[in-house]
Amino acid sequence: VILNASGCLDALTAPEVARELDAFVSKTIMLAPREGNPPPRIAETDAGMLNSIGLPGPGIDVFVADHLPVLERLGVPLWVSVGGFSADEYGEICARLDEQVGVAALELNLSCPNVEGAPETAAEIVAACRAVTAKPLYAKLSAAQPDLAAAALAVRAAGADGLSLINTMRGLALDEGSLRPRLGRAPGGYSGAGLRPIALAAVFICYRATGGTMPIVGMGGIESGRHALEFVAAGASAVALGTVLFADPGAPSRVREELAAELAAHGLERLEQARGLAHAESVPTTAPASRPPGCQLP
Amino acid sequence: MARRELLKVVASEAVGPYTLLRVRRGGLRPGVPGQFFMLKTPARPLPRPMSLCLAPPRELAFLIDPVGPGTRALCALAPGDQLSVFGPLGNGFRTDVEHPLLVGGGIGIAPLPYASEVMGRPPAILGFRTTWQAEAAALVPGAEVCVEPALVTDLLPEEPHDLLVCGPEPMLAAVRRLHPEAQLAWEAPMACGYGACYGCAVEIDGRLERLCIKGPVINGREPRGVTLAGDGVSTRRRSRAAGTAAPAGAETPRCSDLENPSRGERR
Repeated sequence: VILNASGCLDALTAPEVARELDAFVSKTIMLAPREGNPPPRIAETDAGMLNSIGLPGPGIDVFVADHLPVLERLGVPLWVSVGGFSADEYGEICARLDEQVGVAALELNLSCPNVEGAPETAAEIVAACRAVTAKPLYAKLSAAQPDLAAAALAVRAAGADGLSLINTMRGLALDEGSLRPRLGRAPGGYSGAGLRPIALAAVFICYRATGGTMPIVGMGGIESGRHALEFVAAGASAVALGTVLFADPGAPSRVREELAAELAAHGLERLEQARGLAHAESVPTTAPASRPPGCQLP
Repeated sequence: MARRELLKVVASEAVGPYTLLRVRRGGLRPGVPGQFFMLKTPARPLPRPMSLCLAPPRELAFLIDPVGPGTRALCALAPGDQLSVFGPLGNGFRTDVEHPLLVGGGIGIAPLPYASEVMGRPPAILGFRTTWQAEAAALVPGAEVCVEPALVTDLLPEEPHDLLVCGPEPMLAAVRRLHPEAQLAWEAPMACGYGACYGCAVEIDGRLERLCIKGPVINGREPRGVTLAGDGVSTRRRSRAAGTAAPAGAETPRCSDLENPSRGERR
């Protein structure tokens, strides 16, 4: 149930970290090779960090030819994050990956704040991908969506199997002295602890909107087992670690142990029992013993 | 193999304007000179890359210039405090050279005391902006020292040497012009130090590469040498406005501070 957030781990340079995950999610793969954005690309803030990496990558051809064979040998399920500048590009990449037996799932990056997106809606992109692959499709949405619940329902209707929530939010940091932007491209994607309540709300809203019918990978500032438990309670079926991996490459196994302890502390045997608990009808702490179950409000 | 451990601070000593932070070594290896460690305090979200300055018995020591919130938090640590230390990381200096000469500028001297120790005290030339900073030269036995307006490039000997260099980018660029084969330790803002964040990209041979993986020491003998964007004055120039220090490759203490841009004021 513990994945990495796309772009926060390179399994080629740190395979030992990737092996601690239940699935490894690749950096977003685009059609053509990309250098990424000019430096400086990262800046720390008081409660997280900003990045403007800009999706550097080898492009789908090199990824399939050179990276995939190595990633397949990791021994953990492989998810590939897919990006594009049009629905056609997303579809083309998904079609290529559909042929790859080593790819367990596809996550559509519909929400990178550092790269110009496709003109089509998220649902249109999902539909284009659905048409060419039978692999599980996860739509990675941004909490900046004006109506996240509607977006979740739209991508579900278009054929998405699951949701990945959330991507970074656009943020800005200025230099102490010069008061000029600290990143080469000025605004960047904000991640880390400061993002956590926003991400938790997104998971909560989408779980409620979809009635718990879609698997949700929750991410955004998760640093501990307690955080992971909260995302599951809000509706996530799995969690992904992002910024915490930079400071703590041992986070996957640590969070896994902490999560197990949290579940036990709550008297839960399995993670699935925790899913959606935040949506349960409120239970008075001193529940009147006399009230029969049938009297509970709907 | 890099490891990450929680280690206790043994001492925090003032060295001119800098702080020599000495921590227990735990199960970590010191690595080779020029390699770096990610140091994280609970006070900040991200660790900071620092090259190893000295490896006293059972200790690791880092020279830190308090230029931003991350480095200030590290300098504020007191004996007994804990911090997370992850390393050694990156590619260090080749020390099996025939006629070694250590060259450092400002806080960029950070990796040279350890290099000096490992290499049997080779000759060294260190440059600083101020005499206060120059107090740090005492960490490198027998070093020749200059203070601006004198520059290290004025002191480089005519005879051929194998240069191991760490300092501000203008200094690295100037040294490279005179000694294209010098081993240069560069620096870039870095969130992870192990290739995960892609934050430390610099232009090497016309391509953006992660400095934590390709560096921080880059051998001038590489096919076409290092071409940081803007020819020697990297695109990271803003972040390094203060040159004094040195960016030692990703690691350098100071600058690597993610906040370093502000160093302009120290110029």
